[in-house]
Amino acid sequence: MKVFVPTPLASYTKNRREVQASGATLGETLADLDRQFPGMRFRMINEQGGVREHIRFFVDCELVNDLGAPIREGADLQIICAISGGVCD
Amino acid sequence: MHLLIGTRKGAFILDADKSRRKWTMRGPMYLGHIVHHLVQDPRQRNVLLMSAHPGHLGPTLYRSTNFGKTWKEAKQPPAFAKAPEGEKGRVAKFAFWLTPGHSSEKNVWYAGTVPQGLFRSDDGGDTWQEVTGFNNHPMSSKWFAKDNEEPPDGATTHSILVDPRDANHLYVGLSGGGVFESTDCGATWAPMNKGVDAEFLPDKDAEYGHDPHCVRFAATNPDRLYMQNHCGIYRVDRPSREWVRIGKKMPKKIGDIGFGIGVHPRDEKTAWVFPMDGTTVWPRTSPGGKPAMYVTRDAGKSWTRQDKGLPTEQAWWTVKRQALAVDACDPVGVYVGNTSGEVWGSRNEGESWACLARHLQQIYSVEVAETP
Repeated sequence: MKVFVPTPLASYTKNRREVQASGATLGETLADLDRQFPGMRFRMINEQGGVREHIRFFVDCELVNDLGAPIREGADLQIICAISGGVCD
Repeated sequence: MHLLIGTRKGAFILDADKSRRKWTMRGPMYLGHIVHHLVQDPRQRNVLLMSAHPGHLGPTLYRSTNFGKTWKEAKQPPAFAKAPEGEKGRVAKFAFWLTPGHSSEKNVWYAGTVPQGLFRSDDGGDTWQEVTGFNNHPMSSKWFAKDNEEPPDGATTHSILVDPRDANHLYVGLSGGGVFESTDCGATWAPMNKGVDAEFLPDKDAEYGHDPHCVRFAATNPDRLYMQNHCGIYRVDRPSREWVRIGKKMPKKIGDIGFGIGVHPRDEKTAWVFPMDGTTVWPRTSPGGKPAMYVTRDAGKSWTRQDKGLPTEQAWWTVKRQALAVDACDPVGVYVGNTSGEVWGSRNEGESWACLARHLQQIYSVEVAETP
């Protein structure tokens, strides 16, 4: 599937904003991304398996929070890093 | 001689000439990242370790093996163990404090996190493991700050001290929580807060729950510790476990509240503090808008104001707990980074001051580094 990478994470993909990954679920897809781009998953998912506060995953434009959520073959995964103000301005 | 600067928006390195009069800035490194601590490895002087995160992503560490020219991310940054199914686990927000291990343990580092936790690396900072004797101590739920009791920037783990005579002898400061000591390399711990005031605790003789801001050894005598606490300035001479409030000798109108403390590298009786306003609602600014260092030359029996060259009015900045550093030169250099993005330095043990850098972001840490 196509994965769209936000700029704060582009350092992991050598600045490629679109990469390929595979997996039957969101969790498997993120694991595949981490295999290709080591360290990337931990920036998005904490050690308890939770999605970090400012990260959102959209599969075919639908918000997905559950790492076990299935992803159909050929779907697009968009990773959004919500650069909200206040936290680190 | 160099100063390693961690700011709210990245890291910088100030390189001094031999006289320490001329300073040249390098950076920013990791622009936009919150850099809580940037530390040199005294065992391999070309190695630097940095705690950083851009606020919107998970925390990480970066390591340089060429004194800041290039950096590599840690393979496995500090992270708490995954909780059993159905239980709420702890999540490391960031590494707040970094300490190189004992000289005999070449690749060991310690990290203190927010929320409170102690981590150890045995491979130079690439991968990290919990110090379970501390993080899972039976008393940890009482020692560690509760989520709803955290100070504004989180409950920190700081002042990780490794006894230069014994790699197994450690101290850790928790803000709030207190000072804790281990003599078996972190397997077991005991609170060490006797004599320390805690006006915010109902029990004035509480064993823990205190709020150390910064604890430092005297390099020439690691049995002497100085502490800047939320409730004053203290000293303890081991094996005593009872702290003495040496800040009572500070001028009353200045008080003895502050964040950082520095100790002379060759004189155990000399220490520096940078007081802040701890009255009323705790403005945490320079008292009266007039920043000043205070030095004791007699282990806290008396204090002398050192403000020559510092702003004389309307300067309301603060020096955070990791942003007061001393070098090992003769005479000793003393340095502070402030919340207004300035670095100030003294080449003569605090007698006079000059601004070494300005227009940075809020400074979180200043550490001295030797030329590799």
